[in-house]
Amino acid sequence: MKDIAIVAYQQSDSVSDAGAVNEVELIMPVLARTFEQAGLNSAQDVDFVCSGSCDYLQGAAFAFVSGVDALGAVPPIKESHVEMDAAWALYESILKIRMGHADSALIYGFGKSSPGELPVVLSQQLDPYYLAPLWVDSISLAALQARMMLDKGLITERDMAEVVSRSRRNAMNNPHAQLSGDISVDDVLAEETYLSPLRKADCSPISDGASAIIIATVEQARAWGLPYAVISGIDHCIETHNLGMRDLTDSVSTRMAANRAGMNTGKVDVAELYAPFSHQEIILARALGLDDSTQVNPSGGVLAGNLMMASGLSRVGEVFNRIVKGEAQRGIAHATSGPCLQHNLVTVLEKGENA
Amino acid sequence: MANLAAVVGIGQTKYMTKRTDVSIAGLLREAAFKALQDAELTWDDIDAVIIGKAPDMFEGVIMPEVYLTDALGCNGKPMLRVHTAGSVGGSTALVAASHVQSGTFKRVLTVAFEKQSESNAMWALSNAQPFSTHLNAGAGGYFAPIIREYMRRSKAPYDVGIKVAVKDRLHGARNPLAHLQKPDITMKEVEESFMLWDPIRFLESCPSSDGACAMVIANEELADKASKPPAWIRGVAMRSEPTMYAGREQVNPQAGRDCAADVYKQAGITDPRKDLDCAEVYVPFSWYEPMWLENLGFAPEGEGWKLTMEGATSLDEGGDIPWNCSGGVLSSNPIGASGMIRFAEAARQVRGDAGAHQVEGAKLALGHAYGGGAQFFAMWVVGAEKS
Repeated sequence: MKDIAIVAYQQSDSVSDAGAVNEVELIMPVLARTFEQAGLNSAQDVDFVCSGSCDYLQGAAFAFVSGVDALGAVPPIKESHVEMDAAWALYESILKIRMGHADSALIYGFGKSSPGELPVVLSQQLDPYYLAPLWVDSISLAALQARMMLDKGLITERDMAEVVSRSRRNAMNNPHAQLSGDISVDDVLAEETYLSPLRKADCSPISDGASAIIIATVEQARAWGLPYAVISGIDHCIETHNLGMRDLTDSVSTRMAANRAGMNTGKVDVAELYAPFSHQEIILARALGLDDSTQVNPSGGVLAGNLMMASGLSRVGEVFNRIVKGEAQRGIAHATSGPCLQHNLVTVLEKGENA
Repeated sequence: MANLAAVVGIGQTKYMTKRTDVSIAGLLREAAFKALQDAELTWDDIDAVIIGKAPDMFEGVIMPEVYLTDALGCNGKPMLRVHTAGSVGGSTALVAASHVQSGTFKRVLTVAFEKQSESNAMWALSNAQPFSTHLNAGAGGYFAPIIREYMRRSKAPYDVGIKVAVKDRLHGARNPLAHLQKPDITMKEVEESFMLWDPIRFLESCPSSDGACAMVIANEELADKASKPPAWIRGVAMRSEPTMYAGREQVNPQAGRDCAADVYKQAGITDPRKDLDCAEVYVPFSWYEPMWLENLGFAPEGEGWKLTMEGATSLDEGGDIPWNCSGGVLSSNPIGASGMIRFAEAARQVRGDAGAHQVEGAKLALGHAYGGGAQFFAMWVVGAEKS
């Protein structure tokens, strides 16, 4: 199987309301910068394109169709789409390269969450007969999960506040972050609770934006003469939708995906975890067995800005950035989907030989 | 080169206007279970599940894989959801195949579905979008002017569409799963049905159906051991182009031509009419048969309608290249599944398992799907032999 590498990653600023900018206008500047980084002109210069988006964010069918307008798909291109975070579009693209039908691919994700009420919109992702009619929003479900953690003595509110404080401080070095600043654990704890036990700071913000990645076979990356990070493993795993039938204080599927992706065959210098709520970062870090030798969410993670349908892909991009800058030799990126971390994807990235 | 992969199990529900007897999950599980039975496998034999459907607004469930995992035995496995507009059923089959062709998985389950009775597809397709022209017309209203342009250019007689509508319903009458069962349909009946979007009459349009279609796709080693004949995947291709751009050829889209050329090259096909034994092609409105006959290279440009009128695409008239023996989209249309049904029916033909709509001795078949403004294309060629 051919080794596959990441050669370019760009993300838009994460903003709370992009205003009148439509989806194509969100995507185009990001794609332009991504092509520039890779020394390419357009989607015509890669062999495959795959995107991730969600119609319900836009409130209309076929959100991704207008996305094709951003690609310059004339003459026609090989293109596909997942109604999932673009991290899964990355997964589909890797299969395409492994089967020998492409040597390179552009992957992008975009979401404009500001026009709707995202937590309420996401309630319609639940079982349509038994759960969706209750309109249980995504923050309420996460609050239940956090409460279980607290009641079992697995975490304290101070632990959660520490995650927030670190995220905001790390985000000060991330030019695209929406929320950043030097706030202490006590500052966070002084905030009122929002949906108990969660404070607003424990929840990722509502964000608009897009991100994009270009991958290629290592051969192609070398031919292009670009710095790269090798994707040494990628896997994903889903768990039962029935919240009463899984242990919400653990993430078994994350651990399974990480094992199958080969995370444990070496040291993990950096981990970017898609944890939309502070307590979920703790669940994920524990599920993966990460210790102090791993730097978690140096970008600030999604608590500093959560681009729905792109955040999972951005986690991969952030690890790529650390590796090509020489700040890390090896890292993992995590993406999640569904309520309370139901579906999880883990990518392992490594510094390439001679890279 | 891609690893060999084959369809080793196929399951479909009965297609009908409303399946009020099953939940959305129940509908998928029914098709998936039939596919497993056909392959003589159990849920534990499946390594990953890939699902597809058209817009989430058709049922009102966002990212339904999250809810469907339990019904499809997927807990603890990878699950992926594909969405590429009307071509999605075909694209989903291709993405599922890539799981095996890449050597990443040994055996996967793929399911595509639509339970259109849960909502109103016309509404879901016609939501106003900011900054865009609002086409409150549904799919038929979008395609009618393109069909009129085809009629003008080709000088085809007015009743070509009527003939396709009759032919596909007669094919559908051979297929007990088909939604519309009209064994006595006549040209007159179609012609007298009311005009929906000129020139598309009611009986020249696809129905709105509930249904699901599933396939099990396995690698060479496992397919060789399968108890029933496998359908070997001989070529796979996808193409996309924008909905609108200056100079776009909407009647005979470049993306369709490129996609066909790609899949034929992989399968070693130089003359599709001669080399293929049959085809399952996405024809939701009758006139798309002659248009796609040309787009897919079965006839020179402007002459596709002649094949239709000669009966070349009809099983009942003993045509040399029968199209849509299952009855096609004109007989059953659970939108998100319609593409996969084309792919699965092509596989049934080369497995010799198509019942009363079997093309005798079929060895090589095309499955085709398209979507959006005839801008997304997915195709595969399946064969009774590996090469």
